[in-house]
This record gives sequence, C-alpha cells and structure tokens, in this order.
Amino acid sequence: MVLTIKDLPKDKYVMPGNAACPGCPENLGLKFVGMALGEKAILTIPAGCTSVIQGLLPGSGLKFPIINVPFASSDAVAAGVSVAKKLIGEDAVVIAWAGDGGTADIGFATLSGAAERNDNIIHICVDNEAYMNTGIQRSSQTPLGAWTTTTWKGKKERKKDLPMIMLMHKIPYVATASVAYPLDFIEKLRKAASIKGFKYIHLHAPCPVGWRFDPMKTVSVAKLAVETGMWILFEAINGKVVISPPSKPYVDKTKRKPIKEYLSIQGRFRNITEEILKDLERQVDENWETLLKFT
Amino acid sequence: MGLVLTTLTGNYAVSYAVKLSRVKVVSAYPITPQTTIVEKIAQLIEDGEMDAEMIRVESEHSALAAAYGAASAGVRAFTATSSHGLLYMHEMLWWVAGSRIPLVMAVATRTIGPPWNIWTDHSDLMDQRDTGWLIAMAENNQEVLDETIKMFKITEDPRVYLPGIVGLDAFILTHTSEPVDIPTQEVVDQFLPDRRQPYVFKAGDPLIMGNIPKDLELNMRMREDIDKAMERAKKVIDEVDFEWGKLTGRRYGGLTECYRCEDAKHFIIGMGAWVGDMREAVDKLRSKYGVKVGLIKIRYVRPFPREDLIKWLSNASSAVVFDRSFSPGSGGHLFLETVAHASVAGVRTPIKNCLAGIAGVDVTYEDIVDVVLKSISEVEEVGTFKEFIEWYYRGGR
Ligand SMILES: Cc1ncc(C[n+]2csc(CCOP(=O)(O)OP(=O)(O)O)c2C)c(N)n1
Ligand code: SF4
Repeated sequence: MVLTIKDLPKDKYVMPGNAACPGCPENLGLKFVGMALGEKAILTIPAGCTSVIQGLLPGSGLKFPIINVPFASSDAVAAGVSVAKKLIGEDAVVIAWAGDGGTADIGFATLSGAAERNDNIIHICVDNEAYMNTGIQRSSQTPLGAWTTTTWKGKKERKKDLPMIMLMHKIPYVATASVAYPLDFIEKLRKAASIKGFKYIHLHAPCPVGWRFDPMKTVSVAKLAVETGMWILFEAINGKVVISPPSKPYVDKTKRKPIKEYLSIQGRFRNITEEILKDLERQVDENWETLLKFT
Repeated sequence: MGLVLTTLTGNYAVSYAVKLSRVKVVSAYPITPQTTIVEKIAQLIEDGEMDAEMIRVESEHSALAAAYGAASAGVRAFTATSSHGLLYMHEMLWWVAGSRIPLVMAVATRTIGPPWNIWTDHSDLMDQRDTGWLIAMAENNQEVLDETIKMFKITEDPRVYLPGIVGLDAFILTHTSEPVDIPTQEVVDQFLPDRRQPYVFKAGDPLIMGNIPKDLELNMRMREDIDKAMERAKKVIDEVDFEWGKLTGRRYGGLTECYRCEDAKHFIIGMGAWVGDMREAVDKLRSKYGVKVGLIKIRYVRPFPREDLIKWLSNASSAVVFDRSFSPGSGGHLFLETVAHASVAGVRTPIKNCLAGIAGVDVTYEDIVDVVLKSISEVEEVGTFKEFIEWYYRGGR
C-alpha cells in the first residue's frame, strides 16, 4: 500500500512561529516525525539547532515530550528511556534526534554503542553537513570542497559514509531519507517503529543558512541531491539494501543530473576547482557502486 | 532476635543495597575498583534474584546518561564508577542534578592520574562538589550498605529531588571484607516507599526539559533552588537516619557524627575509611596522653555540615582537618570549606590542614596521633599555627 498525504494525521507537532530560520530543514523533518509517530514519540535531543528551534523555556514550539540532553549522550539517554518504558509496560517509540555532529562526531561512540547493544530506539541523524548551531563549522559529514567557517578554502576531506558504517553494525534497520521526500521518510519511520532493536535513519537536510542558498529552495536543493545521485535513498532490513523509489532511476548513471546543478545553487561550493569537481563526481560513482553491492 | 552477620566487601554491600532498594535499571562501565559492584549485580539479575535490567554501556558518560534516561522515564536507576570514570561523566552529573531527577551512584573513591594509580584518595569525589549531587562518604561496609538504601529515600523525597552519591574508599572498603548485617527485604520495603520524582516522560504528554530559557532570572532561580534543596536535605537526612535507626538499630547522626566530643577541646575532622583510624587515635590521645580530643566525622560533603562544625568548633582550642584531596594553589577541600564557614560565623579557633593519604599513601592511627600532638603543642605554645597547611609524610618531608 502506498502512503499518500490523505493518510496522514492532521495533528500538528511543530507549531508555527517557532525559532527555526526560514526554510529550515530540521523543522521540516520534525513535522514529518510528528506525522509519522506523533502520539507515540519521546525524543532525546542533544545540543544543536533543534535545541533552539524548540523555542524558549518554559514554553515550547514542539508538541513532543522532549528530553534535551548533553551533546554526546542522546542514544544512551534514549536507551534508558526505552528500557524503562518496557519495564513499565508503556507503549512509546523512543527517538534520538541528533545533528550530524551529535551523531557522527562527538556522539559517535554513544551511537555505535547503542547500535551494537541493539537498544530498542530509532536514531535519526538530521544531516545539514556542518555544525550549524555554533556557526557553520565543518563536521565529518561536510562534503569535500565545501566552505565552512573552519574551512575557508573548502574542506579537504571527503564526507564520512555514516549509513554504510551503520549498515556494518548489522542492526535490524538502516535507511536514508531526505526532507524533499516526506512520504518516503514517513514510511521509513513507521517501518522503523514496527521493528524491535536499533534503527538508524539518516535524513539529508539542506540548510539555507549554512549552505548559502535561498531559503525558498530547501526542497529543491534536497531534490537535486537525490537527482544528481549525490544522496542515495535506500533502506536495509537486516542488512539487505533496497534502493528506495525516488532514487531508483539513478541506479542508471546516465539518468543522473550533472552534480554541477546541485553544487552551483549553493554558495558553499562557489570556489571549488575543476579537480575537486571531478573528485566529487568520482565519489558519487564510488558510493553507488559500494551500496549496490549490498542489494 | 539475634543479628545474623554476613561477611561482605564494600562493593558487595553496595550491590545488595541496590537489590534491596528494588532498583529497576542499572547501567555502568567497568573501572577498578568499582567493577565488582556491577559484576555482582549482573549475576544477581542473571540468576533471577534481582528483577532489573542492566544496560552494559560503552562509557561512563553513557552509563550516567542511560541511568538518567531510565530515571526520567519513571523507574529507579543506579550506576557506579570511580576516578577517571567519574571525571568522564562529569558533564552528565550537572545535567542530572539540573533536571532534578533522583538517581543514586556509588563512587569507589580513587586517585586521578597521571600516573595510573588505583589506590584511594578523595580527589575524584571532591571534584563533583559543585554539580548539585548530594555526596555522602562511608566509614565502613555497614555504613556503605545502609547509606546506599537511605540515599534512595533521601533523593526521592519531594523536599530534595536531587541525585546522590555514596562514596567508599578504594580497596580499604571496596575490596575488604567485614561483617555486615543485610536487612531483610521486608524491612527495606517498609522503609522505602515507591519511587517519587518531580515528573515523568510519557508518550503523548508534551513535556519538555532543558530547552533554552527565555528568562535568565528563572534559570538563576532554578539554580538557587538546588541550593535550597540542599538546605532542606539536611532535615531529610536526619529524619531518614532516625527512621532507619528505628528499624535496624543503626543511627549514624545526620551530616556528621561526633565521637567523644562532649568534653573535647581539640578536634580531628575527616571523612571516609580512615575515620576508623581517627577513632583509634582519639582513644590513644585520651588514654595515653590525657588530651581531650574529639572526632568530627564528616558523613556528608553535600550538603556541607556547616552548622555542626560551627557548633563544635566555636569553643574549641584547636582543630586539625585531614584531607585526602586538595586544590593546587589553595588547600585541602574539607579544610577550605570548614575554615570558610567557621570564620564567617566568627569562630576564632586555630584550624590546621593536614594533607595526607593523597595518591593512596597509607596513614595509620599513629601518624594521626603524631600530627595531632604536634599541633596541640604548637597551639599551646604560640596560640596559633605557624603554617596552616601541612603536607604530611611519615618520617618527615
Ligand atoms: C560537549 C559539548 N561540546 C560542544 C558544544 C557546543 N555545540 C553545541 S551545538 C554544536 C554543533 C551541533 O552540530 P550538529 O550536531 O551538526 O547539529 P546542528 O546544529 O547542525 O543541527 C556544538 C559544537 C556542546 N554543547 N557540548
Ligand atoms: S541554521 Fe539551518 S538547520 Fe539550523 S535552524 Fe537555521 S536553517 Fe535550520
């Protein structure tokens, strides 16, 4: 059965007028989490943009139960909540909602630990490819060549392949998603919630502030990432990779748009050299090749 | 009914206290000499003797984080650590206290490196004084067991709602067997009510903890309330001690215990396992040297026993504070706090600091007798101390 907009609940979990920047991808992602799992979700949120987006204490612009937690602790706190809810016999879907820093860098040991223990939680990495909350510093998820405030001449290293690393943890569920494909994301969230154990969803989240593009274009940029093949949507149940429908056409390399289309609408790639462009193109091919080996 | 004593190490005393307190989630990461606390609990759970879940985390930061998650979600939780493990989770200690989530942790007090050193001092424990946790320190394995059970009741009292640490000296208690009375489950059940906490996270209930404050003054008031809760805890600690005493016959006093203080002119102040040696020193100083010495045993570092110390010290001739931890460039931790509160209260008694037993160096009751005799004679000669902070090494510097 294919999910359509009509099937989604009307309840809102993200209130208008919260503290997100215009065009914020994290805000979009949170809306979709609300639509998918609203009444069941308990969120742990480490330091990052979502700490701000929530709005100001004692109020809040989000309607989830939320435990804000130290930067490197979201999965461990979530694991504790999940065990407690099991013992109490309460139905809850415990979600660690963390940025790329809180997931791939400072939070990485905690993430890997929870995954290896197969704690019954969903980790969502909302990946805006830098530390946005502290002012656009590079992270391990920043792509090669991208400008950040700690890589003024462009990042010299490539993006760490986190979904692949999580796949290698042999957890029951790994998926990638994009804020441009809400139904795909929502379906994946619901599937994840129905599976016991550790579930990892990596949500691509283009940030107008950090990537230097018009806030009207968040969804178009996110779409282009998929259409150029730079971001591949897939899911893997018990390690078996299935390319998701939005990315299916791009298994065929000739169908992919030139990555220049994706890069040129973002200010952060303004100064990349021809050599880096070639390197990025090569990375796209390489990433596809690697991933398809697991299908 | 006769008392049946079991021989237990300090660590096993913690494990049994945790079991008797019906803890539901234990999460921990191994570090010497805390390990056997958690190993025992794992065994009790696997053998079906204890109805709880264990989260075998990958670090101490996560150990406290997971215990915090479980406690925030509504169940009694426990963790234990030591030394570098405690420092590694330091950030989480602040978070748990700031969230006002009751939780209990055992700390096997141990030296901090470098060099790697597994023996006791109190640097790790004392490094947590500003976090907002209640901090108790035990003298023997019976007190370890009793204080751990009591700590659940104290931390879950609505007047307090703060997390709490029970400290026990590395090896001197953690790995030394002593006869201990293990209370029955019925006694503990009678003593310890079901878990209480200020709020519980539940699906469908949009409660938020920890987002950015709109009003900084509100934030400041939240910090101030931690301080007020510490003040309120003093009474709760007393009450709980009294109640536990009624059930078991064991009363320890509240924040302090005073040994042979009634007619004392000179005081020894200290905490932890070497208080046992200090008792012997007091007896010796009285019987052999005829000096009227009393001992103030610090049972709680937080809340700090300001009133007790002021009361005993205000009419004293001298006092020596023995510290197993210090702040480089300043002085011993217990000493600094004692003199600060005493001087504010107008106490003029000369108080000296003896830094000893740091990095696990062994100190005997004879050493303590030595230090106290010298300090008494100095005060009697000059009326005060030439040096207020002394590093003590057996046989001189
Ligand atoms: C231990 C610790 N170190 C550093 C920080 C400062 N800090 C807060 S948010 C943040 C970056 C967050 O980046 P990311 O996880 O990618 O989330 P985003 O802000 O992009 O949503 C940093 C470095 C912190 N809060 N805690
Ligand atoms: S910086 Fe980017 S991710 Fe952060 S709130 Fe603004 S738009 Fe959202």
